[in-house]
Amino acid sequence: MTDHAATFIAILSTVVVVTPLVAVFIYLVYRGASSLSLDFFTQVPKPVGVAGGGMANAIVGSAILLGLGSLIGVPMGIAGGIFLAEFGRGTKLANAIRFTADVLNGVPSIVMGIAIYSLVVVPQGHFSAFSGGVALGVMMIPTVCRTTEEMLLMVPNAVREAALALGVPNWRSVLSITVKTASPGIITGCMLAFARVAGETAPLIFTAFGNVGRSMRLDEPIAALPLQIWIYAQSPYDEWHRLAWAGALVLIVLIVLAVSLVRYVTSRGVMKGAS
Amino acid sequence: MIAQVPEIRISQVQLQPESGAPNERPPAEEHPREVSAIRSFLLARGNSALADRGFHWLMVLCALSIFGIVVLIAVELVVRSKMAWGQFGLDFFYKAYVDTYTQQTIYWDPVNGHFSALPFLYGTLVSSFLALLMAVPLAIGVAVFLTEMCPGWLRPPLAFITELLAAIPSVIYGLWAMFVLVPLLREHVNPVLIRTLGWTGFFSDDNPTGLGFLAAGVILAIMILPIVSSLTREVMTAVPHSQREAVLALGATRWEMIRMGVLRNARIGIVGAIILGLGRALGETMAVTMVIGNSLDIQRSLLSNGNTMASAIANQFAEASGDLHLSALMELGLALFIVTIIVNAFAQLLVWAVTRGAPSQAH
Repeated sequence: MTDHAATFIAILSTVVVVTPLVAVFIYLVYRGASSLSLDFFTQVPKPVGVAGGGMANAIVGSAILLGLGSLIGVPMGIAGGIFLAEFGRGTKLANAIRFTADVLNGVPSIVMGIAIYSLVVVPQGHFSAFSGGVALGVMMIPTVCRTTEEMLLMVPNAVREAALALGVPNWRSVLSITVKTASPGIITGCMLAFARVAGETAPLIFTAFGNVGRSMRLDEPIAALPLQIWIYAQSPYDEWHRLAWAGALVLIVLIVLAVSLVRYVTSRGVMKGAS
Repeated sequence: MIAQVPEIRISQVQLQPESGAPNERPPAEEHPREVSAIRSFLLARGNSALADRGFHWLMVLCALSIFGIVVLIAVELVVRSKMAWGQFGLDFFYKAYVDTYTQQTIYWDPVNGHFSALPFLYGTLVSSFLALLMAVPLAIGVAVFLTEMCPGWLRPPLAFITELLAAIPSVIYGLWAMFVLVPLLREHVNPVLIRTLGWTGFFSDDNPTGLGFLAAGVILAIMILPIVSSLTREVMTAVPHSQREAVLALGATRWEMIRMGVLRNARIGIVGAIILGLGRALGETMAVTMVIGNSLDIQRSLLSNGNTMASAIANQFAEASGDLHLSALMELGLALFIVTIIVNAFAQLLVWAVTRGAPSQAH
């Protein structure tokens, strides 16, 4: 009797958990798809009361911010991961850095926002795309670093020894043998970090700040898709709500694509054979 | 020199097929961190020692910069919050101030320069607690279903869905909550709560917007569900099969097996997963900011507007009215930073305690 009840409750809770996701998705597609048009991708926001307008500037802005973030976060993260897996195994320094990376991963994004504000925006004197990119980049580092480490640890020692035995210098062996062997996994980590950061709003409020015009300069405030969604969602205008839903749909499609790609790559798993 | 190298190679080649190959795997897995003798020999005779050392130090530098970033963040927050700390000290976290003219209790008053974080601490705790209350039973239910009951073909899609839930950005949850969840609560849930549980004082009928702690709690619960359930699942999979078989062999039903064999063994890890979820809930900003309603007061009703530490920063930081206001918000950020570090470290420790020892327990 309790057995059946427990089974029932477990199934029920699964249904309850799956429902909101399906609800979010259906509603998003329903509201977003009806407001998507070519204008959305080509126009900049119009003033209140004027119909039409799009988020071209926010899409470009997000691309710039994410590019800048990846430029900072990916190399630093991979280098940190290489250190943890190849040079620092078992040392106290590596353990301390691993712990720090986990701490950095847990820092609330809003705290990251105000920290980067006071580190970059205040000395610079104004909001800028650059500070937004730095904020996103710093948030990418721990994810990239830890997945890189995990993937490198899966590479068998024999591969390293084989490379070294051929007389390859250690740095070459690390970069073109070990890292290359683990590269599908490392790319997965980078994509995950990218997908996570792509939807971040909180660290951008006080750094990239948003911009209604088309700006591509790194030293000026810049628009970003999540930021624009936030601003529009809080406005009282139906037209802007509509744009917010369209923006949300574009953002989620981007992220789901990234996550699915990651799953596809990991399920084909070059790494599975290696471990 | 030249004579030595082939000797070592030959001895390795000879040894491996005889005794090395079959026995090599288990020790290699037990001590993956030890550098083998061949490797250290080869490293020592590298002919590009300079490049190697340069590369090594470059990697160390990058790794150390992670350390540097965290220290910089902490230092920056401490320096910028010094002013508020100097002005209010510990009072910042619990003391209210009574206005001399209106006799009202005021916590956060940028105009007159009085700041107390109490309503934000309260809001953060209440919304996170509500979220845990809703998310934890569901998360454990999902984990039990996925690990113990689910037919094999259903597992990958369900795991994928929970993964997707985790990938949806906070701002989209907020958008959905604003336009779907809040009206739903306002029209259908809140009236029922007020009618049936109004007498407790926790559900009072004075906020017609539908925003508030309850809305924030529900959206937070949806947001922390994936992480809690996937970690719980991980911990439960780490429980060795022999435990399940032993309980089943004693004649237990499936539920008894799950309760005694699995949940009891995994409880430390599950607590860790819950605390990690708490860490997420404490720092969550955008979705909460959009639905909690922004009040600067403390109210008993769960249906009333509130504010959390994160949402206060998000709302006020850009239009802070002076240095002291900015400094007070920085102190709020610092407090949030410290609390999340402690909570996350503690949770990480608990999860590790279970999953790390798992392979060795299996025998």
